[in-house]
Amino acid sequence: MSKKTATREAYGKTLARLGAVNKNIVVLDADLSKSTKTADFAAVFPERFFDMGVAEQNMLGTAAGLAAAGKIPFASSFAVFATGRAFEQIRNSIAYPKLNVKIAATHAGISVGEDGASHQSIEDISLMRTLPNMTVIVPADAVETEKAVEAAIEVKGPVYLRLGRLGLPVLFDESYRFEVGRAVTLREGSDVTVMACGLMVGQAVEAAEMLAGENISARVINMHTIKPIDRDIIIKAARETGAVVTAEEHSIIGGLGSAVAEVLVQSEPVPQEMVGVRDTFGESGPPSELLQKYGLMAGDIAAAAKKVMGRKKG
Amino acid sequence: MDSSVLQDLEAKACKMRQDIVRMLGEAGSGHPGGSLSAADIVAVLFFNEMKTDPQKPDWPERDRFVLSKGHAAPVLYAALAEKGFFTVDELMTLRKTGSRLQGHPSMKHLPGVEMSTGSLGQGLSVANGMAIAGKLDKRDYRVYVVLGDGEIQEGQIWEAAMAAVHYKLDNLVAFLDHNGLQIDGPVSEVMSPEPVADKWRAFGWHVEEIDGHNMKEITDALALARTIKGKPVMVVANTVKGKGVSFMENQVGWHGSAPNAEQTGQALAELGGEADE
Ligand SMILES: Cc1ncc(C[n+]2csc(CCOP(=O)(O)OP(=O)(O)O)c2C)c(N)n1
Ligand SMILES: [Mg+2]
Repeated sequence: MSKKTATREAYGKTLARLGAVNKNIVVLDADLSKSTKTADFAAVFPERFFDMGVAEQNMLGTAAGLAAAGKIPFASSFAVFATGRAFEQIRNSIAYPKLNVKIAATHAGISVGEDGASHQSIEDISLMRTLPNMTVIVPADAVETEKAVEAAIEVKGPVYLRLGRLGLPVLFDESYRFEVGRAVTLREGSDVTVMACGLMVGQAVEAAEMLAGENISARVINMHTIKPIDRDIIIKAARETGAVVTAEEHSIIGGLGSAVAEVLVQSEPVPQEMVGVRDTFGESGPPSELLQKYGLMAGDIAAAAKKVMGRKKG
Repeated sequence: MDSSVLQDLEAKACKMRQDIVRMLGEAGSGHPGGSLSAADIVAVLFFNEMKTDPQKPDWPERDRFVLSKGHAAPVLYAALAEKGFFTVDELMTLRKTGSRLQGHPSMKHLPGVEMSTGSLGQGLSVANGMAIAGKLDKRDYRVYVVLGDGEIQEGQIWEAAMAAVHYKLDNLVAFLDHNGLQIDGPVSEVMSPEPVADKWRAFGWHVEEIDGHNMKEITDALALARTIKGKPVMVVANTVKGKGVSFMENQVGWHGSAPNAEQTGQALAELGGEADE
C-alpha cells in the first residue's frame, strides 16, 4: 500500500461519516477548515458547522458552552493556535469543568514544513498533558486517526487529538484495535524498546528493521495515548529489555519522552534516550529535509538505541 | 409589572445583600463590591425572569445563567441559596477547605452553577455556545450572562460580541455591570472601554441602558429583550459598586477585601439584617 494519507485527511472524512450517526456532533473551526479538513464535515452538515473566524479563544469558549448544553463539539485549528493562543480558555473553561470538548488540532510538529517555526507546534503535547482531566492522543496513521476520533467521542470529557499535515504511509489495516490509554506493541524485541507516537511510529518500525540487521532485537511500541499513559506496558518493557528510546515529533521537554521518563524514574529506572526536537524552534523547508535536519529519522532512532544499550547497567 | 412584585424583588435583593455581607464576613476574604453592584440584576433574573428548578438542576429546558465576572460568586451563591438549591447555612462555608462554594464558581462542585468562571473574559463565549445549542435543539430556553465593565477590556469579549451577532443569538441577554470601577481604579482611568453602549451597538447588538438598581427598569429591559428578534441584547446597567453598604459604595478598596466583624455588623444593620453574634 503506497498511497500516503495525512492524519488530518482521515480526521475530516471520519467527522463527516460520524456526523450522520451522531447528531450531537458539532464542529467549530477558526478560518482554517480547508486545511484542518473540517470542511468535509461542513459540506454535509452545514447547520452543525460553525466557523468562528480568526478567534481561537472564543472558539474554545463557545465549544465549552456547547458541551455544557449536551453537544459533542470538535474544535479545530492549527496546533500552535488551538493549544497556545487558547491555552487558558482550555484550562479554565474546558479542563477544569471537565467539559466534553474534543480539540482536534492539525499541523502539529515540524513536518508542517515551509510555513516555518511560527506554524510548527512542538510544545502542544506538553501543554495539553499538564492539564487535569485532559486525554491526549497522537495517532500514527489514517486508520488510527479514524479509530481515535471514534474513541474520543466515547471519552466523557476533554480530549486533545494531535494531527499532522504531512501525508503518511498507512501502517494499520481495518482490523487494528485501538483503545484509549492502551499502547500497542508493534514488534517484539528483547534488547531495547522504542516507544513512539505520531509520524515517528513509522520511523521506529524502520529503525527496528535496521537494528535487526545488526543483530539487535528492538521492541517497538506505539504510544498513541500520551495521557493517560500506559504505565504497565512501559514498566514491562523496561524490565524485559532494560533500555528505552522515546521518539516524538515534539520538543523533548514535556512530551512523550518526559511522560515515559516520569513512569520509569518512579517505577522501573532504566536508561532512556529521547529522540525529538532538542529545545529549539523549527524553520522553513520541505518536511523530509526538516525531519532529517532535526534528527527525527529512523537512523536517529537506531543510533539512540545503540547508545542507550551501552548505558545499561551490568 | 405591579408594584408588589417589584417590592418583593427589592426584598429579595436586600436579603441577598445580607447573605453576601454575612458570607464574606465569615470567609474573611472575597469580593463584596462587584457582588453588591450586581445584586439587583441577579435577583430579578432568579426570582422573576428565569425558569429554573432547584429540584432538577439539570432540567434541559432550564434557562442558563453565566456569571462571567466570576469573582462576584457571592451574589450567585446568595441567589441559589435563596432559591433553594442549597441551604442558606451552607453559605457560611464559602472559601473553606472542602466547601462546594469555591472562591470562584465551579460547576463541578455546586448544582445550579452553569459554568465555572473566575478567569475574566470567557463567559460570553460560553453563553454563546449554550445559546447556539439551544437553537440547534429547538429548545426555547434563554441564556443570561453578567459581564464586568473592567472585564470587557479582554479581547475575547469582543470576539464573542462579534460571534453572537453573526449567529443571531436572540436567545441571549448580556448585562454589563457598569459600576465604573475595577481593581486598579476607575475603569475610565485604567483603560477606558467607553462609550460602551455605542461599542456594543456598533457590533450589532440591541442595547438598552438602564439604572441597574431600579427593579422596574431591569424587568422592563428583560421584557423588551424577549421581543428583539435576530440579534442579542446587551443591557448596560449603570450601577454603584458596593451598593447598599454606605462605606463600600464607590470605593475601589472594597473590590476584593472582606469586612471584619465590626464592619459586617455595621453593613448588616444598614441592610436591615441581623449579625450572627
Ligand atoms: C483574566 C483575568 N485577569 C485578571 C483577573 C483578576 N481580577 C479579578 S476582578 C478584576 C477586575 C474586574 O473589574 P470589573 O470587571 O469591573 O468587575 P467588578 O467591578 O464588577 O467587580 C480583575 C482584574 C481575573 N480574575 N481574570
Ligand atoms: Mg467594574
